[in-house]
Amino acid sequence: MIQRLLPLIGFLLLATLLGAGIWLAKVRDPNAIPSPLIGKTAPAFELPALHEPGRTVRSQELLGGAYLLNVFGSWCPGCRDEHPVVTQLAKSGALPVIGFNWKDEREDALRWLARFGDPYALIVVDFEGRTAIDFGVYGAPESFLIGADGIVLYKHIGPLQWDDVEREILPRLAAANAANAATNVPTNAPATAPANAPASAP
Amino acid sequence: MRLCAGVLGLLLSLAALAIDPLPFRDQAEEDRFRSLAAELRCVMCQNQSLADSDAMIAQDLRREVFDLMRQGKSNAEIKLFLSERYTEFVLYDPPLDASTVLLWFGPLGFLIAGGIALAVIVRRRSAGLKDAKIVPDEEW
Repeated sequence: MIQRLLPLIGFLLLATLLGAGIWLAKVRDPNAIPSPLIGKTAPAFELPALHEPGRTVRSQELLGGAYLLNVFGSWCPGCRDEHPVVTQLAKSGALPVIGFNWKDEREDALRWLARFGDPYALIVVDFEGRTAIDFGVYGAPESFLIGADGIVLYKHIGPLQWDDVEREILPRLAAANAANAATNVPTNAPATAPANAPASAP
Repeated sequence: MRLCAGVLGLLLSLAALAIDPLPFRDQAEEDRFRSLAAELRCVMCQNQSLADSDAMIAQDLRREVFDLMRQGKSNAEIKLFLSERYTEFVLYDPPLDASTVLLWFGPLGFLIAGGIALAVIVRRRSAGLKDAKIVPDEEW
């Protein structure tokens, strides 16, 4: 009896294996490379600001409040797709969105922003793409959620959808803010309120 | 025929373009670069090596690999540099650790399982044959 069922059992095992493969490919993008930076300090950088070409932005300047680093380029169609979502997130005031203009010509970037809107609190320019390599960027758009202490909390690969913002970004941001508040409150409760304010301000 | 040769020549020159002109010092450096780039996986078009890919990020990473070579970094250091940023995904020859055990020994496991199954089947059949009457002068 068992001998007779063997081919069926073999078939079912194979079907389960293949089915699991299809399911896995559906629940997560098999081409997305998980970031090794999650939970680690974001790479330090010194990059020029797009709107003020003479100004150099250091990553340390950005510490003190959580922010979303959004890698974009005017040449990138996916960036155009996600732009309304990025704009909505920036306008919601949940956290500042900092643009990371990747391998783009300045004029093209400015024209793109003039056309589709500029929701960014600040835009840094990586013309050569060296800092992008430190961040493990391999295709725009990508977004990094970086905590007030400079730790990378989350990386999103591909165009952001509002669903991603609600499911992945906002809960992590809330958890990080809560953790920060918890560690700051016992030491100097009154003083933390103004210090934390920029984190939630747009 | 001449057209075919022309098309072939064009294709070959396109293939050669995937490696951007980098200022190699000598043949040895170029050989080292090429063999290293062939061992690294392009992160964007994931079925190509860094040497073969035309993706923008692949060009940047080739330049980065070249610069690291110039800084006197060893192949192992360059691979570490890349896997710290892009995970071991970039290595076509991943190191053996807990997460890659299945990758390394999975095929061997399948081979052993197949061998055991084969042995069991052959045993059974030969046991069956012993019981059967052997006709000595059977013509095939």
